[in-house]
Amino acid sequence: MTDSQSPDQKTVSVRTAEITVAILFMMVAVVVMYDSWRIGAQWGDFGPQSGFFPFYVGLAMFASSALTLFSHIQKSERDSLNFVGKSQFWLVLKVFLPTVVFVALIGQLGIYFSAAIYLAFFMWWIGGYQIQKSIPAGAVLACFLFWLFEQAFKVPLPKGPLEAALGF
Amino acid sequence: MEALESLYHGFGVLNDPQNIMYMFIGLALGVLIGVLPGLGGANGVAILLPLTFSMSPTTAIIMLASIYWGALFGGAITSILFNIPGEPWSVATTFDGYPLAQKGQAEAALTAAFTSSFIGALFAVILITFLAPVVAGFALKFGPAEFFAVQLLTFCSFVGMGGASPFKVVTSMMLGFALAAVGLDSVTGDLRMTFGSTELLRGFDFLIAVIGLFGVGEILQTMEEGLAFRGKSARLHLGSVVQTWRKMPGMWVTLFRSSVVGCWMGITPGGATPASFMSYGLARRFSKNGRNFGKGEIEGVVAPETAAHAAGTAALLPMLTLGIPGSPTAAVLLGGLLIWGLQPGPMLFVEQRDFVWGLIASMYVANVAGFFLVLTTVPLFAAILRVPFSIIAPIILVICAIGAYTVNSALSDVGIMMFFGVLGYLFKKLHYPLAPLVLALVLGDMAEGSFRQAMLLSQGSLSIFWSNWLVGSIMMVAMTMLAWPLISWALERAKLKREHEVVELD
Repeated sequence: MTDSQSPDQKTVSVRTAEITVAILFMMVAVVVMYDSWRIGAQWGDFGPQSGFFPFYVGLAMFASSALTLFSHIQKSERDSLNFVGKSQFWLVLKVFLPTVVFVALIGQLGIYFSAAIYLAFFMWWIGGYQIQKSIPAGAVLACFLFWLFEQAFKVPLPKGPLEAALGF
Repeated sequence: MEALESLYHGFGVLNDPQNIMYMFIGLALGVLIGVLPGLGGANGVAILLPLTFSMSPTTAIIMLASIYWGALFGGAITSILFNIPGEPWSVATTFDGYPLAQKGQAEAALTAAFTSSFIGALFAVILITFLAPVVAGFALKFGPAEFFAVQLLTFCSFVGMGGASPFKVVTSMMLGFALAAVGLDSVTGDLRMTFGSTELLRGFDFLIAVIGLFGVGEILQTMEEGLAFRGKSARLHLGSVVQTWRKMPGMWVTLFRSSVVGCWMGITPGGATPASFMSYGLARRFSKNGRNFGKGEIEGVVAPETAAHAAGTAALLPMLTLGIPGSPTAAVLLGGLLIWGLQPGPMLFVEQRDFVWGLIASMYVANVAGFFLVLTTVPLFAAILRVPFSIIAPIILVICAIGAYTVNSALSDVGIMMFFGVLGYLFKKLHYPLAPLVLALVLGDMAEGSFRQAMLLSQGSLSIFWSNWLVGSIMMVAMTMLAWPLISWALERAKLKREHEVVELD
């Protein structure tokens, strides 16, 4: 990994991240155990009850995360490396956030139109392409996907008002 | 020889133009997937799986398996030319592959990589041909307790041989089991962990998880490294290919050792990635050219590539015979079997001969075809990598979204994919292994089913797992694997202590 060498600004330490994630896992494990206990985690009239297996799964998950937690609590904060550099994390968000918007748009605009917007935006924002170039590129790629899935493979994907207006 | 007869029968199944056509489509797509970072064997197959729902299972598995072979070949191209492993199992190939390319010997490195991949795969396929029917015949005697014991062994092996922190392996595995349990319990009809949500009734589909964890997660991590492709171009000429081939017989020891390591790691759920590292390490230690490793030594390309391909191929042996996949990609293929309505396990060899032997025969043909395909099309695939990542990345993400949607035609699945993407990124950053999660998610229902059946047979007594020598010895091995981190830690301490005493005596 590049975390250690990069002179990038600090965000959180690996230790903090490890501890947070371990605690999150322990919380998930408690939820799993709680719900399994609710529906019955013992021996029923017809063999093990529904919650029997998941209950012990939850228990094992709790125990293993607790051990991970303790092994990291023991380590000193000073020696811990940076989890991710600030600019690195910004790069990740730069990819992640538009993708979330794209996924959210699929329901309204259909997958092809939102893909065209997303591709064009991505090329402009991260690739640094001129808008005059990225918009046609996004449109062409979306049309290609449309041809590939709707025409060639005959897989129906979510379509929006634009496709409806064009008669598909 | 019964196996040869069945194999002959398998070639008969393959003798269908449609199957051959899909094999080539699969191979080409596979190499493409292998070359592109963010699209790997596991999620590439997962994305394309829904497209095969309408095909016959035999055609579908031939195409999907070919994607896997193609991806195994393709990973080497980017490792050698660009110093970017297209697949996790080709990381070890970069150690010597890229230095070779820098020295202007990219052709030799590529030829050696492809040829040794091919040899590793061939070794594994021959092993499958002769060993699979034997294992399947043996497994026909298994009851639920034995099946659970074998499944337990699979999961315990992750702890014993995974290399990652054993606690993290268990956490990741248990998360997989817990996610597999969500939804309607098919035995009692109870709702588990749905918390009143109708979206969760269907449970978590492993295909969505694979696409998110391996696809979206990988892209996010790749982005963090601010990827820019700066690579060597390559075109393979017959002269240099033949020249490299001449050197290959001299490395037969490495080839053989790597094939054995690969097959072993593939059958046990180590998978192709640890196999490639282990094989590289062994070769560096035992080869007489060991000192040159890392500076551009052909043998350093041969060792990991042979092992990775042998492991990838051998991973199908336990999947076909026991219903237990040896690698994440094999797990996705296993999920495919379930979707096509086939029950994986030893009965497959009795009831679905066309399917099983068609697949095994296709492994021979696809690996030969794939070998020549990559040898001839390297410049084409290398050119794809010259397309900037800011264009490739969003296309891959759109394809991931489409793949996630098509599994159940549900929009909410695309959101779940994004969630798994974040999880995959976190897992990679904190070194939680992904393979146990995927395997547990795929095998969860089966493992729980065989556990329940065994418990019913024994009226709730765990003693059924020690009731005969077969199940007892499998359980013993499983327990040893589970305790292995502890055992090796104790051995290490004992050794240190002894050394300490020796020093004191001096």
